[in-house]
This record gives sequence, C-alpha cells and structure tokens, in this order.
Amino acid sequence: MSSLFSKQNKEIFSTPLGPNNPITIQVLGICSALAVTSKMEPAIVMGLSVAIITAFSNFVVSLIRKTIPNRIRIIVQLVVVATLVTIVSEILKAVAYDVSVQLSVYVGLIITNCILMGRLEAFAMSHAPWESFLDGLGNGIGYAKILIIVAFFRELLGSGTLLDFRIIPQAFYNMGYINNGLMLMPPMALIIIACIIWFQRSRNKDLQEK
Amino acid sequence: MNTNSNSYTIIYASVIVVIVAFALAFTSASLRPAQNKNIELDKMKQILHALNVDTKGQKADKVYAKYVTADQILNTEGKVIAQEGGFKINMAKEMHKPANERQLPLYVCNVDGQTKYVIPVSGSGLWGAIWGYIGLNDDKNTVYAVYFSDESETPGLGAEIASAHFQEEFPGKKVLKDNQIALGVEKYGKVTDPTYQVDGVSGGTITSKGVDAMIKNCMGQYNKFLTNK
Repeated sequence: MSSLFSKQNKEIFSTPLGPNNPITIQVLGICSALAVTSKMEPAIVMGLSVAIITAFSNFVVSLIRKTIPNRIRIIVQLVVVATLVTIVSEILKAVAYDVSVQLSVYVGLIITNCILMGRLEAFAMSHAPWESFLDGLGNGIGYAKILIIVAFFRELLGSGTLLDFRIIPQAFYNMGYINNGLMLMPPMALIIIACIIWFQRSRNKDLQEK
Repeated sequence: MNTNSNSYTIIYASVIVVIVAFALAFTSASLRPAQNKNIELDKMKQILHALNVDTKGQKADKVYAKYVTADQILNTEGKVIAQEGGFKINMAKEMHKPANERQLPLYVCNVDGQTKYVIPVSGSGLWGAIWGYIGLNDDKNTVYAVYFSDESETPGLGAEIASAHFQEEFPGKKVLKDNQIALGVEKYGKVTDPTYQVDGVSGGTITSKGVDAMIKNCMGQYNKFLTNK
C-alpha cells in the first residue's frame, strides 16, 4: 500500500494544483472556463464533475492503453470520455435532478474539454492506471480551483452576489453603485484568467521565460 | 500481437462500440423510472411555485395533491373536454397543432379556501426553449404568482427570468384589456402601462421579448375561458 502514496505519486497529484496547473500553465480547458464562470454554483459543480471524469477516464484509458491501435487511439479515447460523461449525466438526472437542471448543457460540454483529451494523450497513454487516476484527479481539481476563483470575481463584481447571497449591501446601490455588467460577458473571464497567470508568474521565477 | 494491423483495428473498434452501447443502454434503462419520477416531481414543483407554495423539505407530490384539485383539459373554445389528464399534456407540442385540435391543460387549485387557476406557457428565448406557469386569481384576470424557467439562456442576463426578483414583478398585474391579453414584458425602463406590463431583464432583451410573446401566444389560447365570467 505504501507505494500507492509514494512521494512520486503525491507529486503527480499536487503539481497540477499549482506549478503545472492545466488552465494557467498548460492553457487547456479555457473554453469552458469562459462559459460556466459567471456564477459560483455552476462553476463548483462543473469543476467537481470534470475532476471525477478526468480521474476515471484516465484510469480506464490507462488500463486498456496497451491494446489500443495507434491509428484510432484518439477515437477510442473520445468514446471512453463520452461514455463516462453520458453515464454521469444520467446518474445526475436520476439522483440529483435539481443540480442536473442547473448544469443543463454544461455536463455534455465536458466531452469537449481539452483537459480530458490533453491528459489522456500526455499521461494516461504512457503511465500505469493508479498514477493516471491521480494525475486526472489532480488536473481536475486544479481546473476546478481556477474556475472557482474566476467565478468568485465575476459573480461578486458582476451581480453583487456570491452563491446567490447578496454580498454588496443595498445601501451601496442607493449611493449610486452599479454592478459591472461587463463582468458577466465571456471576455472578462479571459482577462481574469490572464491576471491569475500574471500573478502566478510574478510569484514563481521558474515559470518566467528568459 | 500486432496492434497496428487493419483487421485488429476494425475488430477492436467494433468490440469497443458494442461494449459501450451495452453499458449506455443498461444505464439508461435502469435509471429511466427514477428520472421520469424526478421530471414529474419537478413539474409539480414548478406548478406549485406559480401558487406561491414553497415545497422545500417536503415531498412535492404530497403538497401537489393538497393544493391542486383538478388538472382539466380545455379546448380553444374554453370548454372543459376532460376533468383530468392535463398534467400529462406537453404545452410546447400542443402549440404546434392546428388551433381546433389543441388540448389546453388547466390546473384548478385551492389555496387557503380560494380558487386559483394555473396556466402553462411555453416559447423560445435567445438560445433555446423557455417555459413557465402563470397562476391567476379566481377573477381570471389578476396574476397571483408566476414561474419561469429556461433551457439555456445566458446566466446573469437572459437566465434572470428564472430569478425571484423578475418573477416578483408579476403578482397583482392584470391580464385582459378589451378582452385581449395585455399582460406582457417591456424593455427595461420602457413600461408605458404598469397595470399590465412589467420591466424586462436589462441585458436580456431577446429573452424578455420571448417571455412576452410566450405569454401572449399561450394565454391567448385560453382567451374564451378567461373572458367567460
């Protein structure tokens, strides 16, 4: 059992959270980061669903990696991902209907999330199942982390609420404060992500190019 | 084994497809009853929302049975053609039928001793379907409460039609003016007749117009019923 949580495996799990984050460093999964981050709640559920699906699709693909014919490997990976996404969305509809209604199309969009394909190609095709599982989980959580940070700023500044609770008091509005509607537009997500990348790079000298 | 040969690739692809098809068919079939039950419960919650009844923490079907006394079916002439079965009718499908074949669901409800009517409405917003339920007082002319929801409107903009602050504009508004449906949504800040109109969602103009058209189209079908005092 000790080898399951060796130092190397811990690193596989933890590097995507910071120094090798899928969004800010690998620049994967930007598309859905734009779409689901105007409110906190869908961002959280989306982040968790992606973490679960990356972990399990990495695991499954890694299990069958030696049998996959090279020429159709992308198609096989896509089939595995699409199957898992469909099963997750069906299960959500059966046990947590309210959440599935809120997420509506976003669950289906997980299939097109570049992080999934990126991690399958870059990691699961060449590593053992358990390492791949950790890598998928780490990347999914790293993705969720950025999504939640972006959604925090967009919802707070764009709607004045967090998780639909009013944060900015009515008195501010009476004094002439106006919600920044621009924050709800997709481009602002890119600008916030750019600010996060800037922040991360200025803190971490290793990431700066010469 | 040579995993790059043509025959291996074809057999591999076929086997994967068959396995996946079985896995998906099995999941879908085994979860179907639970999903249908959830969809029905959700519809009941939406109808109860248009009666200002909060279902939080309670079984929606029990609360529904307590408040909704009949799910009638009307025709466009305002005649009751069935006393029950309205719940099973899909309003969006009925709107695509010729006018004289439409079956219109009408929920007759009893809230604290007063009769209320709930009328389903459905239409389209900017990105996809929108729908709702309009609860009326027993004068068939005053809005009691409403419910709106959407499939894929923009969060924070068009999707605000599903928010409480938009829906709270409706109660107390009148429906009919000169026997026509006048209840509607105007562009934010452009309301000319506050007896009938409510402010749209700012930044969600197309969705707001969709709500307006949906109310006028669908409630227009019930015109004979509404004007028949």
